[in-house]
Amino acid sequence: MFNESIKMAIDGMISNKLRTLLTLLGIIIGVGAVIAMVSLGFGVKEQIKDNISRLGSNLLIVQSGGRTATGARIQAGSGARLTYDDAKAIEKNIDGIKYVAPIVSKGYQLVVGNQNWTSNVQGSTPNLIDIRDYTVEEGRNISDRDMDGRDRVCVIGKTIVDNLFPEGDPVGKTIRINKAPFKVVGVLGAKGQSSNGQDQDDFVLVPLTTAMNRMMGITYVNNITIQAQNENVIDGVQAEVENLLRIRHRIKNADDDDFSVRNLAALMDTMMSTANTITMLLGCIAAISLLVGGIGIMNIMLVSVTERTREIGIRKALGATYNNILLQFLIESAVIGIIGGFLGVVLGIGASYAISTFAEWKTVISVPIIIISVVFSVGIGVFFGIYPARKAALLDPIEALRYE
Amino acid sequence: MSMADVIVLEDIVKQFTMGDTILQALDHVNFSVEEGDFVAIMGPSGSGKSTMMNILGCLDRPTSGKYYLDGKEVAGLSDDELARTRNAKIGFVFQNFNLLSKISAQQNVALPLVYAGVPEEERMERARKALEDVGLGDRIGHKPNELSGGQRQRVAIARALINNPAIVMADEPTGNLDTKSSYEIMEIFKKLNAMGKTIVMVTHEPDIGQQTKRILVMRDGHLNSDERLVHDYVQ
Repeated sequence: MFNESIKMAIDGMISNKLRTLLTLLGIIIGVGAVIAMVSLGFGVKEQIKDNISRLGSNLLIVQSGGRTATGARIQAGSGARLTYDDAKAIEKNIDGIKYVAPIVSKGYQLVVGNQNWTSNVQGSTPNLIDIRDYTVEEGRNISDRDMDGRDRVCVIGKTIVDNLFPEGDPVGKTIRINKAPFKVVGVLGAKGQSSNGQDQDDFVLVPLTTAMNRMMGITYVNNITIQAQNENVIDGVQAEVENLLRIRHRIKNADDDDFSVRNLAALMDTMMSTANTITMLLGCIAAISLLVGGIGIMNIMLVSVTERTREIGIRKALGATYNNILLQFLIESAVIGIIGGFLGVVLGIGASYAISTFAEWKTVISVPIIIISVVFSVGIGVFFGIYPARKAALLDPIEALRYE
Repeated sequence: MSMADVIVLEDIVKQFTMGDTILQALDHVNFSVEEGDFVAIMGPSGSGKSTMMNILGCLDRPTSGKYYLDGKEVAGLSDDELARTRNAKIGFVFQNFNLLSKISAQQNVALPLVYAGVPEEERMERARKALEDVGLGDRIGHKPNELSGGQRQRVAIARALINNPAIVMADEPTGNLDTKSSYEIMEIFKKLNAMGKTIVMVTHEPDIGQQTKRILVMRDGHLNSDERLVHDYVQ
């Protein structure tokens, strides 16, 4: 009886091709939209994750600033200073840290021969290369010996090479930074743009000591970037860093910090939850179209029941029970749900690929979402089939046989 | 009520409510049909013969009275029980054939077996045989709209017989057919009756009624006359 009903349902669908197609279309578009939209949402999430981890994962950035003792808020980077010694103390006293890089930076004009380029020159320890996920493509990184000797050496990114050394091969050559000659010891591999559109290859790294003493003439650092060993310890490290700096800066218990610690993991969490909201929103909008598709099934099934009143009458006269007729129509709408669901999956996956190919947005196809939306579409088929099927099963055989 | 009676009606009343008025379609009708009989129910329109047919065919329930079909009281059965009774005991032949237009003659004939739970292979085999018995062995794959009226009615007869029912109910089986086809169909019914099938037929055509063994005439919900015919062909 069950196989029979499935066969009859499929036969019925084939003999009413256009109507079947239109009904299916509602479900196909609904399921396809859910899958495509959720894939897009997941893609956004993945993109954010990528971008943030490209900045360096598990990062804490300590900046001076925050509040003064009188409560006046001041700009980050001004006010009480963070020092190289703070960074050394952090590295020495706190567990769970992978790298610590104190950073100073300032814009300078770079000149090679008749070429010039203005860039933000970073003074830091060799660690910065690791924290930022750069790779040294040619030559070498700056070294501790360069730090000790306050040597005028630098490591440069691809954009600098392109602008100052059009003929290439910059290692060993000299750049004049603010008129002082610096020897290029290394070139970094290309990294592309960051999430906010910054060119990460427009990068010049000089030893921190050289930058502080010989270029900028300062005794403080702009920030201290700390990379924790993993995401589990990062909150503990943040607390310890705050504690240590309060002690070193002699801040009384009641007073506010004169520095601030930014936790990129926390930032990531915030952005992830935003992305989740976007995904939910897109998914919900798409789910509404699936619902509308379901109502389409109900509509068509009602028409179909009316159209086939006589057939139902014949079947009942020949001995079909309430359940026989109910099952026949329920299976029909379930079959629409199943076929529509599967075609919708194909459409959804296709649309996701199309979006990522033509719009160049990242999409991530989620298998659980595919399963959920197919199950949902079958459920919708059955749910919206119940009323028409009941209507059919309750028909009076005499009335139905008389129906023209 | 003898043991050989396939149909026994006792004091059957059927009322329809139309607004405020109550229409007495069947007014205390009593009769029985014995096994192997061939009965025509005749009468003008509005006489209650269609209502009678619906009740005899277990498509409807009487308002009161008792109806024994093949020895079993069926007047008080539920819808599903009535459906099963129709499936097992009754073969229908309708005026307008009532075949499903989208499936083949063979599938149409096999349809009652679907609801009887017979496996597909056996269904198809039995349907093929039944079609051969009514002379349509070469038409089993045709759809109803590819067949003539007489052929369609023969498909319907094959369908009515497929479950080996206790009784065949024919509702104006020749009403939509030309004279030649009508007589062919009647020949089939006579042959079936000669083989022992009990047949009850509603008709308003006197020449068709004359070919049966017994004519019940209805008028205003009553049984007006009950006449037994003697034919040459009945030995």
